Amino acid sequence: MITVKNLHKSFGKLNVLCGIDEHITQGEVVVVIGPSGSGKSTFLRCLNLLEEPTAGEIYIDGEIINAPKVNVNRIRQKMGMVFQQFNLFPHLTIMENITLAPVKLKKMTKEEAIKKGEELLQRVGLSDKANNYPAQLSGGQKQRVAIARALAMQPEIMLFDEPTSALDPEMVGEVLDVMKDLARSGMTMVVVTHEMGFAREVGTRVLFMDGGVIMESGSPEEIFGNPQNDRTKNFLSKVL
Amino acid sequence: MDAIKTWWLGLCNDVAVWWSGICDDFYLCFVKEDRYKLILDGIGVTIKVSLFAILIGIFIGFLIGLCSLSKNKFLNFIGKVYTDVIRGTPSVTQLMIIYFVVFANVHWEKWIIASIAFGINSGAYVSEIIRAGILSIDKGQTEAGRSLGLGAVQTMLHIVVPQAVKNIFPALCNEFIVLIKETAIVGYIGIMDIQKAADFIKSATFEPFLPLLASAIIYFVLIKILTVSLGFVEKALRKSDVR
Repeated sequence: MITVKNLHKSFGKLNVLCGIDEHITQGEVVVVIGPSGSGKSTFLRCLNLLEEPTAGEIYIDGEIINAPKVNVNRIRQKMGMVFQQFNLFPHLTIMENITLAPVKLKKMTKEEAIKKGEELLQRVGLSDKANNYPAQLSGGQKQRVAIARALAMQPEIMLFDEPTSALDPEMVGEVLDVMKDLARSGMTMVVVTHEMGFAREVGTRVLFMDGGVIMESGSPEEIFGNPQNDRTKNFLSKVL
Repeated sequence: MDAIKTWWLGLCNDVAVWWSGICDDFYLCFVKEDRYKLILDGIGVTIKVSLFAILIGIFIGFLIGLCSLSKNKFLNFIGKVYTDVIRGTPSVTQLMIIYFVVFANVHWEKWIIASIAFGINSGAYVSEIIRAGILSIDKGQTEAGRSLGLGAVQTMLHIVVPQAVKNIFPALCNEFIVLIKETAIVGYIGIMDIQKAADFIKSATFEPFLPLLASAIIYFVLIKILTVSLGFVEKALRKSDVR
């Protein structure tokens, strides 16, 4: 579903990604872990071209996405993204946040979008907040709305960029629950996170990144139970 | 006792003389020869010129603001030169250049040409306000819009601009107020606005006090009305803020 070949990304002289090769198949929940500055977020943001790769190729459903003349907007509609800072649109109500993109992109009529929005809000447990504004919600609620907003475009892939890192500890659970539910429904997910519990429980595969490369990749049992790489061992000994 | 009485009567007399003088002046300045009509027409002209200039100013300001924000070097250059030139020259000079040079052979109504001149002037200031407003919106908002598949223009229009408008609204109001007062120079190209009418009455009657006072009061009231009504608009814009 997603194939990444020899991906490089540098900001000026700083090389953040130094050659990543990875293949993600449908229905996988890939959890990316690693120390700060290891390039996890940049890798994720390259997947929907919020960062333009310096070199290398990315294929989604066999179609190259980082070539000139590719319609980036159409590709992005297949991929939902959830941000660390939620990035809800503060001037719109929760329902408008969810329906804006599907309606403006003519994916649904307004009525269909609202119906879908109600369904999604129910799924994330926030049916009663449809007419509130983002500023009236707690962090955990905002992030659940952000997930619903991304799902409204009916994406094939969901990307999560440290979705719980900006939350108060007691709100992490509610967001992870929504994500677990999503994983069980068979959604293909790539999750950058520091939640090792989530990685172990929900991940079908764990990638350990450091210094802009994937140092180790394997099932959660392999990575957490029997890490092969010294850097992985070192990192896990600090976070677990 | 008598001294106080004399003083008091004297004072009363002075006030009466002063008051009847004011009344005479008032008659002379505003009633005689229907001079109040000059002022009334002047109010209409000031409002007309300001309103059109504001609309033109916002339009130009938005375009130039986007140019200044653009990554395209040519557009960026245009935006920079425009604001530099307009901000670097007096508005009277610009008004006169536009009326006597640029539109020398175009026989439009004077107030339309004046509106264009003030619009061009205001556009430079508005563009800087708009640029600041757009920069004030977190990059994450654009990223969220784009990640949903919205195009750059759609993201700008539906997500960034509505939020930016709220942030820059007070600064825009300020610019409108400055603009209204700035139009007091249209007399230079022979348009009879409030200020010119007052000036005309002053010259005709040799009475400077009342006409100029009237002019000041009228500008003040116009701007007060504008400030109060824009205050309501701002309140409506802020309805999504929960503070």
